[in-house]
Amino acid sequence: MSDYNFAYLDEQTKRMIRRAILKALAVPGYQVPFASREMPMPYGWGTGGVQVSAACLVPEDRLKVIDQGADDTTNAVSIRRFFERTAGVATTGRTRDATLIQTRHRIPEEPLTRDQILVYQVPIPEPLRFLEPRETETRKMHSLEEYGLVHVKLYEDIARHGQIATSYAYPVKVEGRYVMDPSPIPKFDNPKLESAAVQLFGAGREQRIYALPPHCKVVSLDFEDHPFEASKADHACDLCGSATSYLDEVIVDDAGGRMFVCSDTDYCETRRDAGHLGRLSASGPVTTGQEDAA
Amino acid sequence: MGGVAMIEISGLCKNFVLHNQGGAVIPVMRDAVLSVAPGECVALVGASGAGKSTLMRMIYGNYLAESGVIRVGDLDVAQAAPREVIALRRETLGYVSQFLRVVPRVPTLDVVAEPLLSLGVARPDALDRARDLLGRLNIPERLWTLSPTTFSGGEQQRVNIARGFAHAYPALLLDEPTASLDAANREVVLTLIEEAKARGAAILGIFHDEAARDRVCDRVVDVTRFTPGLAA
Amino acid sequence: MTPLLQVKGLTKRYGARIGCQDVSFDLYPGEVMGIVGESGSGKSTLLNCLAGHLEADSGAVVFDTRADGPRDVRAMSEPERRMLARTDWAFVHQNPRDGLRMGVSAGGNVGERLMAVGARHYGNIRGQALDWLDRVEIAGDRIDDRPTAFSGGMQQRLQIARNLVTGPRLVFMDEPTGGLDVSVQARLLDLLRGLVREMGLSAVIVTHDLAVVRLLAHRLMVMKSGHVVEAGLTDQVLDDPQHGYTQLLVSSVLQA
Repeated sequence: MSDYNFAYLDEQTKRMIRRAILKALAVPGYQVPFASREMPMPYGWGTGGVQVSAACLVPEDRLKVIDQGADDTTNAVSIRRFFERTAGVATTGRTRDATLIQTRHRIPEEPLTRDQILVYQVPIPEPLRFLEPRETETRKMHSLEEYGLVHVKLYEDIARHGQIATSYAYPVKVEGRYVMDPSPIPKFDNPKLESAAVQLFGAGREQRIYALPPHCKVVSLDFEDHPFEASKADHACDLCGSATSYLDEVIVDDAGGRMFVCSDTDYCETRRDAGHLGRLSASGPVTTGQEDAA
Repeated sequence: MGGVAMIEISGLCKNFVLHNQGGAVIPVMRDAVLSVAPGECVALVGASGAGKSTLMRMIYGNYLAESGVIRVGDLDVAQAAPREVIALRRETLGYVSQFLRVVPRVPTLDVVAEPLLSLGVARPDALDRARDLLGRLNIPERLWTLSPTTFSGGEQQRVNIARGFAHAYPALLLDEPTASLDAANREVVLTLIEEAKARGAAILGIFHDEAARDRVCDRVVDVTRFTPGLAA
Repeated sequence: MTPLLQVKGLTKRYGARIGCQDVSFDLYPGEVMGIVGESGSGKSTLLNCLAGHLEADSGAVVFDTRADGPRDVRAMSEPERRMLARTDWAFVHQNPRDGLRMGVSAGGNVGERLMAVGARHYGNIRGQALDWLDRVEIAGDRIDDRPTAFSGGMQQRLQIARNLVTGPRLVFMDEPTGGLDVSVQARLLDLLRGLVREMGLSAVIVTHDLAVVRLLAHRLMVMKSGHVVEAGLTDQVLDDPQHGYTQLLVSSVLQA
């Protein structure tokens, strides 16, 4: 066992964060201010998500941490090790085996269940921030449900690019009331925001927590004549052949050669283990170098 | 023609108080009495400075009265609320002054059509009427799209008159309508006045041109009677 | 007829100094009221109190709302006041930069109020924006340009379009022609007169320019040191001023 309190934070802090989480679940999409603590990683590296996870973890939990869908990037590994050390919880790379999943900028492909919690790392929680820099104004706009400005942003996109150009952090309306920034997940993931799992959003630097309770109604904003499309690259995964998962584009040589692979590493590996093949599977064993910490 | 007077004035008094010149009080009118019946044209006469224009402006509500009654139609202008006077000027009482005051840049056609447009007349009809009047008053068509601010004095006067006659006002105030006009246009204006009389308008006019006055006016009122210090 | 706006005893003080004192008037549909006075007269304070930008100390501002009839705006909740400000009321600032979003295209600026009250069809919103740009004489091909690319006069006309797109019944204007070239002023005045007539607008216009007031306003209030010293028909107040201060003001105007 470590010298740290369970999951690093002291009990009073965890209680404070849990109160904020309960409030957030009671008012879906509303940004609840909380007293963000100093964490052993700098702002911009997931302190909000880590604090929310720390407040939610119990010793029986099985934790998965992903960063842009991958379990094996530096940040995912580092946060997972942090909780192994301070909470002693079991960790896993398999989505369906995890009870709590902390994620940066993606939702796992595999549908989540009612027994799971998804914790998002959020950089800027305020969806109106880039249109209205004043916090006093944005708070008023949320409380008075004055959201004309969000549609102005979408209008500007269409006027400039012929279509809504926002491709990630696409704003949504929650339960017909609050407009929310779902964190920088690709818009392809927006439909998955309606889920059986509990979804919690933590912004450490901005000191806000917000939440989506299970089966919450989440609608992506659009115009009647420019409806929302959850789009992705028009390819299949070159390793497992999936045509329905969100893909990463990888440049493989100096000539501009590229391959497309599932961003969700666990999803891809599970499919490959089940025998699915992609375009590049036939050219020999292809590893993604994934560690499987069971 | 005749019957109940359209314009009726009684006991009308006016002073000017110049606060910035030691509060000097200048009485300019006392106990003025006047009436104009529908279809009648009455001329105001008197020496320059006797108060002809003053009286006309008071009837229009442009000058305030000290005391007395200025009845135009059903309204006592001397006691009326501003919006009542605004409505009166729009529907009932027309005024052709000696000066043309317009918003710069507005084309002549729109200047003349303005009284009809503010009454809600459809734009094409209002412009037709404007064209008709401008044609009769010999304003060349090439000037219709220009602002009258650049016109000669006589042209401006004719635009002024066209605007004044665009709507069939039941009461009309005309201040020197034939001034600076040549014989042909003078004739047109006098015809317009006669047409207005024929449809029952009550007209009050100031004419320096005695021949014009004799032609269209039924009566003459000498305002010198009402001017303090000048009364015989 | 019910007045569109009834102001009763409106007073605003800045500590011991009077901003505006005991101002009362009625405004009817289709009427334009001018408020003139020199710097420090209280005219801008009055306008801002009327529009709800400043909190008055006492008095009532009763507006004839569409849904509930005459209601004291000062007694309304903030959401109600803000809704009013987006729909039935409009405010044209002296400096168009205060009334526009400089980082948003002209079309977006005009369409914002429509989107704020629920418009969700891009094509329709853009169509209405084009229509209004045309009405304020801004070329349609400028619809995607930012206001930073417009001249001062164009910015002001854009501000007017942005305000009038939801068909408000009452417009507040603070020195709408201040800071514009004379010829540009003329064009703007012409436009405002036309819109007032076509849309049956009522307006309260604050200005120090008597020529603007003569052309645009039916009625006039003259303010000095926070008090209304004279009120009446515009042409009557300017041609037959009764109060000493008004006489001074009128006689001080330079003739071109």
